[in-house]
Amino acid sequence: MARTTTKHSARARKARTAHKPKPRQSKPAKISPALIAAHGLTAEEYQRILALIGREPSITELGIFSAMWNEHCSYKSSKIHLRTLPTKAPWVIQGPGENAGVIDIGDGLAVVFKMESHNHPSYIEPYQGAATGVGGILRDVFTMGARPIACLNALSFGAPIHPQTRHLLAGVVAGIGGYGNSFGVPTVGGCVRFHTRYDGNCLVNAMAVGLARNNRIFYAAASGVDMPIVYLGSKTGRDGIHGATMASAEFGEATEEKRPTVQVGDPFAEKLLLEACLEIMAKECVIAIQDMGAAGLTCSAVEMGAKGGLGVTLDLDAVPCRESGMSAYEMMLSESQERMLMVLKPEKEHEAEAIFRKWGLDFAVVGKTTPTKRFIVRHRGKVMVDLPIKELGDEAPVYDRPHTEAPPKPVLTTADVAPPVATADALLRLIGAPDLCSRRWVWEQYDHVILGNTVQRPGGDAAVVRVDDGPKALALTTDVTPRYCEADPFEGGKQAVAEAWRNLTAVGARPLALTDNLNFGNPERPEIMGQLVGAIHGIADACEALEFPVVSGNVSLYNETNGRAILPTPTIGGVGLIDDFTKSATLAFKRESEAILLIGDTAGWLGQSLYLREICEREEGAPPPVDLAAERKNGDFVRALIAEGIASAVHDVSDGGLLPAIAEMAMASGIGAELDHPPMAAHAFWFGEDQGRYVLTVEAGVAETVIARARGADVPARQLGLTGGDALTLEGERPILVAKLRERFEGWLPAYMAGQTP
Amino acid sequence: MKSTVVVFPGINRERDMARALTLISGQAPAMVWHADTVLPAGTDLVVVPGGFSYGDYLRCGAIAARAPIMDAVRSHAGRGGLVLGVCNGFQILCEAGLLPGLLMRNTALKFICRDVYLRVERSDTPFTRGYNAGQVIRVPVAHGEGNYIADQGTIARLEGEGRVLFRYTAPDGALDPSWNVNGAINAIAGVLNENGNVLGLMPHPENHVEAALGTTDGRGLFAGLADHFKQAA
Repeated sequence: MARTTTKHSARARKARTAHKPKPRQSKPAKISPALIAAHGLTAEEYQRILALIGREPSITELGIFSAMWNEHCSYKSSKIHLRTLPTKAPWVIQGPGENAGVIDIGDGLAVVFKMESHNHPSYIEPYQGAATGVGGILRDVFTMGARPIACLNALSFGAPIHPQTRHLLAGVVAGIGGYGNSFGVPTVGGCVRFHTRYDGNCLVNAMAVGLARNNRIFYAAASGVDMPIVYLGSKTGRDGIHGATMASAEFGEATEEKRPTVQVGDPFAEKLLLEACLEIMAKECVIAIQDMGAAGLTCSAVEMGAKGGLGVTLDLDAVPCRESGMSAYEMMLSESQERMLMVLKPEKEHEAEAIFRKWGLDFAVVGKTTPTKRFIVRHRGKVMVDLPIKELGDEAPVYDRPHTEAPPKPVLTTADVAPPVATADALLRLIGAPDLCSRRWVWEQYDHVILGNTVQRPGGDAAVVRVDDGPKALALTTDVTPRYCEADPFEGGKQAVAEAWRNLTAVGARPLALTDNLNFGNPERPEIMGQLVGAIHGIADACEALEFPVVSGNVSLYNETNGRAILPTPTIGGVGLIDDFTKSATLAFKRESEAILLIGDTAGWLGQSLYLREICEREEGAPPPVDLAAERKNGDFVRALIAEGIASAVHDVSDGGLLPAIAEMAMASGIGAELDHPPMAAHAFWFGEDQGRYVLTVEAGVAETVIARARGADVPARQLGLTGGDALTLEGERPILVAKLRERFEGWLPAYMAGQTP
Repeated sequence: MKSTVVVFPGINRERDMARALTLISGQAPAMVWHADTVLPAGTDLVVVPGGFSYGDYLRCGAIAARAPIMDAVRSHAGRGGLVLGVCNGFQILCEAGLLPGLLMRNTALKFICRDVYLRVERSDTPFTRGYNAGQVIRVPVAHGEGNYIADQGTIARLEGEGRVLFRYTAPDGALDPSWNVNGAINAIAGVLNENGNVLGLMPHPENHVEAALGTTDGRGLFAGLADHFKQAA
């Protein structure tokens, strides 16, 4: 029935005929409790399988259930909570559930984007783990018919003194660059943080953004019976078998032994796959398409059939293999990269094949759609798998795991935090601290200018990427403040969304939608489950209030080593639209003698601030609450000032508070500032991390008018001082030279990576 | 100016190059595929753009240098036709024997993407007539292997014959090792072949051609070439 057109498989088939191997004696495997456990399935889950199929599964079938029902693919612990997230808006074309989310940006164009984690593989093998993370998310985007135009990432590493941290950071950054640079997509933004709670589990969250025609989006759902299912891309090898199951377990002492479960990326093959896919999509050959990501052939084939209400029959003898003698089990669970599955229009098969041949890629008809709603896999003349396709996905266990809310942390007052050092010293220390210093060492290893559309490069509030020849542009950002989430998952979840929204606003964009990447510990522990539930509620509230829906996402659980979980890290990837890219705002001061204004209310919130952690060496208190109504009002006000050309420089106030924000504006331009006496205790005013705030500059002559206008809009605004000089000058403190700030800001990361600091 | 951009599998800056050529010369380039064997008739300028040809899994540019289309590129160069290789294109031209020397890994052993300053050494070539001699331009680099090297005799000849067209310098045009982004010998960023019709250049002038996106310092290269062919016509 199925046939192949690849030389490799033809050769393999001939070899088999020549050797006349005895028919494989597939002894019925004994499904032991140990085997079930090794597949990451619980005894109850196994009972569920028995009930579903009414017999003992074959070993291949067990592997398939393991692949479909693991946490990574089934979202079994998070599903019921994820359903509460707002996912709709008039501009949303496709929400969660497909390869990526899709939003309409007008002019017949759509933006396709998603963020996904590759945490476990990156810890085991940082270069390939991160590289294949980028490869996977790029595939998710171009599978839908979009050409990738930008990548971002969000990285979390252990404490700088942890012996693994340098190795992981160097490998992850090189891997992200190695893949994206070769593939040819600019990596334009991201975030990097360090905390001892990531010592045993680094986080690598990769986001890709693509552009498509809004009427040319491709989906996974197959349609039509007896349609050819085609395998495209690289050959299947034994790499990555059980990758998704590995990603759904905690780490222990023997983690390094899991290295063989990490796949190896081939960005060159992916670049060819991109061009070939876009070409056959343009030729109207494609009915449905699904990339082979986690759980490879299994997941992609089941999803195509299940979503289309059809059955699927696969013939593994036709699958292009890299190694000989692969079993059905291995082929079904391989996570070899750069592969796609498509349902083609039968009359277009030859045209599609010619295109793939031109790009030097494998092309093999490996199966067909059927009306039976069964998932049937044949190998060497035997039926190895015969399962109900819908149930394989839909009947995956869904858990409402017990969750407990941690008691709220006490609110610290200014009086609880004595300033141990002078403001100038605190600023210099903060600006050179691992979590605040320049990430130039990282983003200079990413090609961030390729495609010629990068309007704002890394280092600002959000990256700005022009759409084709403009004038429209996208603003892109990734954000989360895990220490807030740890102290209060609900407020932390809100804050992650609000900060992404604020960063998009700060460059002048209208925030449109987000993708979330929820990284947590073991959900079987009620306190971890409590963090997940709390964060999702916070995200939902913020999305609702800011009209900023979730259109795609990914959940990564079991980020624990020896029972210690990571900080809860719900990363938010935000996308906003700028109507005219020439009007986007940047954070650099533009001219001397401009008025520096602060938008938003300041209480001097030091709980969970970087000041408290870095200067006072305390990690405590409740995090700053986010007033979503104020957030929206303040942001809308700032966006209007940018659009009208009134604000000359804009920066959001986040980690480190107000003074580090001003210092960043000064460093970006070389222009200093003279700042007025603070209206409260200096350390609380300059370093408090109150939310919903922006610093901006306007011509001195209009400062009063702008403040009055803010008052009219019920937006708090005050003048902080004037730009000018070559230093930050605070009343009663010694001036801090901008050059000195830069030295501190740029110094730490390169010195650390060169082994010059602990 | 009729230009032709050569596309190998894995090349990824061909669109950037085509856009810059179109924007500045007013004429879209022809795109030819690595498996082709002839260049479009009347091609004035052949451009080998940047990227990772064949993944650069072997020595950078080594496979592309042996692709079917390269014979046509060699013939074009042999007839005195202009050839420009940028980044991977520079590496390919070196591997193809059209330019001397080769490009090693950056001294920092990392991929580097940043704006660099280049001093234009001569303005009396078709590639640099859009600039003044001694002018400093700002353009981005994005490469892991841009560290130019050749044997001493070759370097002496390149220098003696004025075939170094671009050098990495400080913003004021001064030679300074800390501004030599990849450690290239004599801070060489771009070199000419013996006949003066083939240029290899590591940085990406094609990414700095629009004022709205930063600087337009890369325009001079393409504007100069367009002028050259306009005058020749």
